[in-house]
This record gives sequence, structure tokens and C-alpha cells, in this order.
Amino acid sequence: MTSHSVDAGASRYEPTTFKVKDKKLGMWIFLASEVMFFTGLIGSYIILRWGAATPWPVPGEVLNVPITAGNTFLLICSSVTMVKAFAAIEDGNQKMLKVWLLATAIIGACFVGVQAYEYTELVHHGFLPSSGLYGSTFFTMTGFHGFHVTVGVLCLLWVAIKAFRGGYTQADHQGVEIIGLYWHFVDLVWIILFTIVYLI
Amino acid sequence: MATMASEPTGIPVRVEEHPQSFIRKYIFSTDHKVIGIQFLFTCLFFLLIGGLLAVMLRFQLGFPGAALPGGDLLPDTMAPDGIILPEFYNSLVTMHGTFMVFFAIMPLLVGVYANYLIPVQIGTHDMAFPRLNMISYWMFLVSGLVMLSSFWVIGGASAAGWTQYAPLSASPEASGVSTGQILWILSIAIFGFSSLLGSINYITTVINQRAPGMTWFRLPLVIWALFITAILGLLAIPVLTAALIMLLFDQTLGTTFFLPTEGGQPLLWQHLFWFFGHPEVYILILPAMGFVSEIISNGSRKPIFGYKSMVFAIIAIAFLGFIVWGHHMFQSGMNPALGMSFMISTLIIAVPSAIKVFNWMGTIWGGSIRFHTPMLFAVGFVMLFAIGGFSGIFMASSPVDIYIHDTYFIVAHIHYVLFGGSLFAIYGAIYYWFPKMFGRLINETAGRIHFFLTFVLFNLVFFPMHGLGMEGMMRRIYDPSQYEHLADIQDTNTLITWAAIGLFISGLYFGVLFFWSLFRGKPAPDNPWEATTMEWTLPSPPQHGNWKELPTVYHGPFEYSHPDVEKDWLSQNERPDVVSPAHH
Repeated sequence: MTSHSVDAGASRYEPTTFKVKDKKLGMWIFLASEVMFFTGLIGSYIILRWGAATPWPVPGEVLNVPITAGNTFLLICSSVTMVKAFAAIEDGNQKMLKVWLLATAIIGACFVGVQAYEYTELVHHGFLPSSGLYGSTFFTMTGFHGFHVTVGVLCLLWVAIKAFRGGYTQADHQGVEIIGLYWHFVDLVWIILFTIVYLI
Repeated sequence: MATMASEPTGIPVRVEEHPQSFIRKYIFSTDHKVIGIQFLFTCLFFLLIGGLLAVMLRFQLGFPGAALPGGDLLPDTMAPDGIILPEFYNSLVTMHGTFMVFFAIMPLLVGVYANYLIPVQIGTHDMAFPRLNMISYWMFLVSGLVMLSSFWVIGGASAAGWTQYAPLSASPEASGVSTGQILWILSIAIFGFSSLLGSINYITTVINQRAPGMTWFRLPLVIWALFITAILGLLAIPVLTAALIMLLFDQTLGTTFFLPTEGGQPLLWQHLFWFFGHPEVYILILPAMGFVSEIISNGSRKPIFGYKSMVFAIIAIAFLGFIVWGHHMFQSGMNPALGMSFMISTLIIAVPSAIKVFNWMGTIWGGSIRFHTPMLFAVGFVMLFAIGGFSGIFMASSPVDIYIHDTYFIVAHIHYVLFGGSLFAIYGAIYYWFPKMFGRLINETAGRIHFFLTFVLFNLVFFPMHGLGMEGMMRRIYDPSQYEHLADIQDTNTLITWAAIGLFISGLYFGVLFFWSLFRGKPAPDNPWEATTMEWTLPSPPQHGNWKELPTVYHGPFEYSHPDVEKDWLSQNERPDVVSPAHH
């Protein structure tokens, strides 16, 4: 069957598909749900913090802000490398696609590593999830973000392996675009979390 | 199928033949129809569990302190000598609500029918993401089994109520349950993930996979309802998941989100739960409204009255559903001004709901009605939903709610909308689509007997509960006879219990009828109800991939009694020029 024999009667109608492809649309829908998930956590944090009976620790009192500021910069850089990877395959540049994908995954892994270091230091100083509301909210929010970054790194490695096998072409590289959407989302969430948890 | 003329569209077919093993075809299947049927069997099992729990707790209320028949089979931690313990009673109430809401009604509406109907009604081969669909079913099954298993762990199942109010749910000391409580949280978290995968699938499929000519305003109303429901689930359930994670950490990691002694806020749980919980209420009713719209139009042989207003009413209900959650919390000590705004937004929902009820009546008005079993259930739905809607207005008005809050009045209300509403529509849908799903008919007389039994017994069980609530009988109470002011209504409680046992037996009767028809029912024709939506132009049951070539859609979904055609219905994909004209 050939695709140019579309029924004339049908083509008069408005299109019944959306111009965004299934997988990309699916990712956008998934991200809408993720927005609600983090809204639940962040909203609870706002209620608990500004409704707290005891004063909240001032920024820098418990947490090491400079290290995390560096880590934040790292994560923002990984968004840049992600954009670079996408731009490379848009140009059909297979070599730079692999380079930038790997760079993104490595920087993402570094972010998780620094966060793990931060956690061990905090636990070492006796700051735990059971350390009142401050500990509860801090570990839950940053922990779930860290979990999302970890999943992102694993997916990036998956995409990178596919790239090394030549799985993406200039014409068809949906996988790179979709992991990019997720990665930028996780990055954006971190910028909000860093601001409200560490800076304010 | 002589007049059927679905024109080939020339769109390449992506479904290849699947000569598969039994396991790939029926167990780990990616076919949306098989998944829908898997959901159906699983949900009917959980519906039975939920019903059994209801009968047990009703027995305690009807005959306080008497030994439950067969109660000797239960361990001494639940019912020593067959007498239900107060702690076990709390678990019964909690798990009855949990199983009915999460594992029976919601997946019966969405898991079964979104999966089964979306591809066949919009004209596509399968869901957008068949494999995610399969994972969604299996996660659902796991979550249900985890929930069921919590009865057998030390300490028993969760006893914090299906709403899981903190601190009861947040600390083992509060409710006396620890492992069962953690299993409850994990189960619903897994359930949420399953539902998320489903929602992504349904939304993407409806947006992207409609057959040529199937424009937004030609979608059958059940698809509109399921589509909007999927959006509600997508946006509401992750908030519950976030709350569940905090609850889980309170139980296991020593966090203090909901523990007031450590600075946490139990009220925060209520806000988060009902931010999910109220959209959930509409998740539980919108698809039912979709089924009823299909069935009433079919049974009245008339186009649905006010198609577009039906669509906009669904959207309006869904939107309002997100801004009314505070009406569950009038008694929580909230600012009366805030309570007032929640009250007003809640009352506004009566408008789109009434639009739907009037549209159904307008559809029935002047129709040549066929009272087949699905139609009986659909008309029953409209009546009972209207009663549930009216009692809802009592609770939405905060001054009245203060009096009837947490009494049997609210138990009556929720069952009028969830049983009289959702479950009646589900029964109707099962009767309506059974021939398509299994290629066999359910005996009409047997189906009507089921309807009349259910309708009468349902009202006998739940209508008197309004009165019990006004008399001051508290919800989730273990033994009403121990209160002086409730002693003289014990007879009513006993009557309700007998009716509830009858209602349970009518449910068992349906189960027997269902399975008997599955094997012994008469073979079904393709279109037994002479319906207009496209699944009825497929064989019963449809083959894998549904269509060899995608159909083209020429009409809206409810072309009954079209003046230009001889027969009184017109399939959506029937070409106008090949249909024999009536009077030419």
C-alpha cells in the first residue's frame, strides 16, 4: 500500500494527529506529572518552613553553600553540553554527539558524587533525616532530586551506547531530544531547590 | 455487514501478524484488548474482596458482639471465637475503602475501559506505547497483591482509614499497625506509578492516534471522559505520591513531616491528600458519565442531547475538581473565609453536573426507548447519581456540614455516588461491551433480574444511612449499641446489614452470570445493540490490531434515527453515499 492514495474525503478534514511525535509528546506529559510531584514536595516545604514554631536555621549554618553552589554550576554546564549534543546530531555530526553525550553523563555523575559527599559530611556532623523538620525536608527534596539525576545519568549512558552504535541520524534522533527534555527539567528543578533550600 | 463500507485510507499498517506463544498472547500481552480484559478479571476479584470486607464490617454493626459466621477461620488476632476485634474492625473499614476506591472502581473505569475502548473507538491499531501499557497492568497487579498481603503481616492491615489521616498513619504508636501501614503506603505508591504510565498512554493515544476524520468533536463522549480523567490522574496522583513518600519517611526514617509532637503538621497531610482526593472523586465519576452517555443515547435511539455542552461540562467539572479540596476539611479549624470560598467553588460544580443530568433526560425524552440491561443500569445511574448529588449539596454547605460531618450521612452520600453512580455505570458498561469483548451475549432476563435486585437492595442499604447520620451515628464506629443516643436505631442497623448481605449475594449472582455467559452465552453478532461507534463495525471479539486498514470517520458519534437513512443508526465510519436513503 502506498501512502499517496489517501482518501480524498478524509483529507478535507482537520488533521487528527498532533505534529509532535508520540514519544516526545509522552515525555512532555510525563514531565507535567513530575512538575506536580515536585510541587507537592516544594509546597509542603513552604508550608512547613513558614509555619514552623521554632526558627529555621539561617543559610550556611548547617549546609555548605559554596560547595553546592559549585555543584549547581556543574549541573548548569551539563545542560549546555546536552544542548551541544543535540545541536551536533542536528548537523549530522556523529563524533561530537558522542563527545557531548558522554560529557553530559560524566558531569551528571559528578553532581551525584558531590551530593553523596555532601550527605556523608552532614551525617558525619550529626545532621540526619530525623533532625527535625529541617532535616526531613532537606533530605527528602534533595534526595529525590538526586534520584532523578541518577536515573537521568543512566538514561544518558543508554542513549550514549546507542549513539556509539550509530543509532541516531541527522533525520531521526528523537531519543537525544527526549532525554534532553528530561535533563533540562531536572536541571530546572535543581535551580529552584538550590534557591529555596540553600540560599533563602 | 452489508452496508458497511469503510474506505481504505491508504495509511500504512504498522501491525504485523503475531504468531505468538500463549504467554506472550495472553499473559505478558501488549495488545490493549487483552490488557483491558486482564484488568477486568483482576478488578472483579478485588471488587469481591472489597464486598466481602463490607459484609464483615456490616455484620459487626448489625449484630454487635455476635460471632461472625465462619469467623472461626480467622486468626485470633482478627476475630477470636469469631467475634471481630475493634482493631480488626478498623482494618476492615480502611481496607474496604482502599480496595473499592483504588483496586476496584478506579481501574474498572479506567484500566478496563480506557484500555479496551480508546483504540477501537478512535480507530487505531493499539495504544501509543503498548509495552508501557503492559507494565502498567503488571504494576497494578503487584500493588493490589501487596495491599492484600498486608492482612497477614504482624499487626495486621492498615487501620488509619482509607484517607490515612496523620498522625494515625504516620506513627506506629498511633494506630498500632506498623508493617501493614508501610505496605499500604508502598502499595499505593506502586499503584500511582502504574496509573501514571496508563495516563501517559491514554493522553498520547487520544491526541495522536485518531483515525482520519475523527476530529475532537466527533469523539464519542466516553473517550472525552476517559481523556479528561487521564489528565486528572496525571496531575493529581503525583501529589499523593509526594505525600506518601513523606509519610513513608515518617514511618521509617524518623522524619517528622506529619508528627505534631516534633513540629510537623498533620493538617498538611489532609491538604495534600485531598488535593489528590477531590480530583480522584471525579476520576471515579467522569468515565461512568461517559459510559452512561453512550448507553442512554443507544437505548433512546436518539443523538445525545447537547453533545458540546456535555464535553464542556466534563472539562468544567475536571477544572473545578482541583479547587474544591478544602470542603473535606471544614471541620479542621480552617479560616471560615477560606471555608466559604471552598464552599462556593464546590457548589458551582452542581452546575455542570446538572447540565449533564438534564442532557441525559433530554436524550431520553421522546426517544423510542429500548430498556435493555445496560439501559436499565444507565437510567438507574442517573437517578441514584442525582440523589447523591443532592446530598452532596448538604455537605458542600459548611454550616450544614458541621452538623453531619463524619456521620453516616456522608457514608450514604459517598455510596450513592460511588456505588449508585460509578458501580451502576460499570455494571452497565460490562453488560454493554461484554458481547464485543468476549463474542458472547449475556442473557437479558438474567441481566434484568440482576439490575432489579441490585437497585432495590442498594437503596435499602444506603438510603436509611442518611437517617442514621442525622441521628448522630458516627462514621467508622465499632459498636453503635454502646451509645445511648444510638440504641434505638439498632433495628435500622440490623435491617441495613440484612440488605447488605442480600446486595453481596446479588453481586455473587452477577459473578456467576458473568462467567457462565463467558463460556455458555449465545454467540454475539458484531453489533448487537445497533450502536454507532466504530468498535461495533469490528468482529466480536476484534482481531489483534483491530483494523487491517484504518477506517475513515464521516459522522459524529451518536447518529441515531438519522432522517436520511432507512435503518435507525449510522456508524461513524459508514460512507454517506452508500447508505440506502429512506424516502427517495
